[in-house]
Amino acid sequence: MLRIENLTAEVDGKPILKGVTLEVPDGEVHAIMGPNGAGKSTLSYALSGREGYEITGGSVLLNGQDLLDMEPEERAAAGLFLAFQYPVELPGVGNANFLRTALNAIRRTRGEPEVDAMQFLKLARARMKELSMPEDMLKRGVNVGFSGGEKKRNEILQMALLQPKIAILDETDSGLDIDALKIVADGVNAMRGPNFSALVITHYQRLLNHIVPDRVHVLADGRIVTSGGPELAHRLEAEGYAGVLGEAA
Amino acid sequence: MPAVEETLDTVRDATQGAYKWGFETDIEMEFAPKGLNEDIVRFISAKKNEPSWLLDWRLRAFEAWKGMEEPRWPAVTYPPIDYQDAYYYAAPKQKAAPKSLDEVDPELLKTYAKLGIPLKEQAILAGVEGAGESPADGRLPVAIDAVFDSVSVATTYKGRLEKEGIIFCSISEAVQNHPELVRKYLGTVVPHTDNFFAALNSAVFTDGSFVYIPKGVRCPMELSTYFRINAKSTGQFERTLIIADEGATVSYLEGCTAPQRDENQLHAAVVELVALDDASIKYSTVQNWYPGDENGKGGIYNFVTKRAACRGKRSKVSWTQVETGSAITWKYPSCILQGEESVGEFYSVAITNNHQQADTGTKMIHLGKGTRSTIVSKGISAGRGQNTYRGLVRISPKAKDARNFTQCDSLLIGDLCGAHTVPYIENRCLTAKVEHEATTSRIAEDQLFYCRQRGLSQEDAVGLIVNGFCREVLKELPMEFAVEAQKLLQISLEGSVG
Repeated sequence: MLRIENLTAEVDGKPILKGVTLEVPDGEVHAIMGPNGAGKSTLSYALSGREGYEITGGSVLLNGQDLLDMEPEERAAAGLFLAFQYPVELPGVGNANFLRTALNAIRRTRGEPEVDAMQFLKLARARMKELSMPEDMLKRGVNVGFSGGEKKRNEILQMALLQPKIAILDETDSGLDIDALKIVADGVNAMRGPNFSALVITHYQRLLNHIVPDRVHVLADGRIVTSGGPELAHRLEAEGYAGVLGEAA
Repeated sequence: MPAVEETLDTVRDATQGAYKWGFETDIEMEFAPKGLNEDIVRFISAKKNEPSWLLDWRLRAFEAWKGMEEPRWPAVTYPPIDYQDAYYYAAPKQKAAPKSLDEVDPELLKTYAKLGIPLKEQAILAGVEGAGESPADGRLPVAIDAVFDSVSVATTYKGRLEKEGIIFCSISEAVQNHPELVRKYLGTVVPHTDNFFAALNSAVFTDGSFVYIPKGVRCPMELSTYFRINAKSTGQFERTLIIADEGATVSYLEGCTAPQRDENQLHAAVVELVALDDASIKYSTVQNWYPGDENGKGGIYNFVTKRAACRGKRSKVSWTQVETGSAITWKYPSCILQGEESVGEFYSVAITNNHQQADTGTKMIHLGKGTRSTIVSKGISAGRGQNTYRGLVRISPKAKDARNFTQCDSLLIGDLCGAHTVPYIENRCLTAKVEHEATTSRIAEDQLFYCRQRGLSQEDAVGLIVNGFCREVLKELPMEFAVEAQKLLQISLEGSVG
């Protein structure tokens, strides 16, 4: 269970999150929707501990552990995964090497045995097949020369390998065509189960047709202003943020 | 070494930061008197029982040196060096040239074991006099010449190499046993008057490796020299000469370390390579001399002249260097591409952290028709390090259709370091093609965060990104050393971020 309580954060001295309170119980998928500038990306970076995102108040607990006390890599080991809106390129670093290094770093912290190159290849190949990823993506540099869709699938592959307790998907649908969107959604849905929860951040309802959320929250001006079931996403699509927010306000 | 001392050593190693090779071996040494004059040159020559032509050559070099000045053009700064305040000959006391590893002082063997020369090498060092000559894992063995201060203390696998007609020994031994080869080639690539440090080396060089690969022979194993400076206030002046006769092929690797001391020590080596028709030499360096402490105190001055003559048609020389150590590095492994269609390559990674300074690069001198050269240089600056790539590509009017491709990339970590690129291109041939690409970048915050979000520590993330940056160079190293080099890159940058 991820429990965010009255979280406030600022960037460059400017308050962005102004008291976010949210609970994502184990096994549930929650969506966060909101207009541009609402603080959606800031929330994902504040939760994952990125430099420059200054927490000024509140608390974040993952299964009772205080995330805000941890370095980004400790949060990752604790089970937090962020699928980046813009996955970063690492020239010269082989994708397979990167994935295995990450997997073993996390396994080490968790006290699990490391996987060797052969075991890793077996694991990765199975997951890649599910995500319709060509095998040569393992040999290429991390995200280097990947298309937008390939980058996002690479994020989902990492998630599938690292087996987080909670995944934050930051606008994973942006820049995806409908086929890629389905593949990504299938990847997330395959993970669903009692030990996995997700926070799906998106502008559009489109993704939520494929990843049906248990709850939908609307983030506006740094606060959750309204919450509801999957039907809230449909209302947003039909009435726009202004319509729904006007009513909430 | 008594147990107490060893414990103290271990503690020192563990607490004195990143340089893990900084210990000192307690062994009885023989020194020449401090200072440099004609008598010292004669002393060294006599100590090595050299023929008169070599003594004369040394003396000519010494005369020339006296009239020369230290080069001032490199982008490095250091206080004046007092050439009279150093020992020019320091050797561990032992019986005349040990015939096998059994006769080598155990203290020396222990030193090399402790240096963590790749384990595979250790297995071989220990196993030379044993039953088999092939290590259990089935990989090809590596023959090693171990140079301790001024002398070579052991060379492994000589017997096996001799069966192929290959000569691999210390240069002092070569002077005794193969004087005609030494006399024919010594100083023909780097003349004794070439530059200040080469002249100094020619006058006082004490040891180094000698390799001769006969016609048509492909050397069956990696050859390697491991240089260790141990004694205080000594300069190390080794001289290496490698000759690949027609159609011969050899891969050679050198490694080096030195104790951690507050004073600066001078290392002025000369390496000469000669490749005849269709011969190929691959020369790899993993340079890890003591770099000084985080405040810039101590460390080795690494002022080295390395040059290859591709004399034969279709001959090829490939330099690969990973430079992580030394307080100051001044070094330009070069190729004179004389033979038609000869090929020169230079792959370099140079790291400067803390107060380290490096001015390094290469010279590709195209003389023959259809000669080709490739330069790939990766400079990494961290802390207050200053890193300069300085390279010359010269194409003579006769080098028709010559080609050069140069790529220079710099990576900056932090905002107190510097990267500089100084390419000189002199093209006097209309049909030649010369390309130069250069980039400068920083390790981006988003790259670090991306890695850390995936569970990597800050230091592992830097290591991964830096190794990715250097990949084109590291893949040129023999495989077992590439792994070592990767670890070394990461250790050299410890504490450079955050």
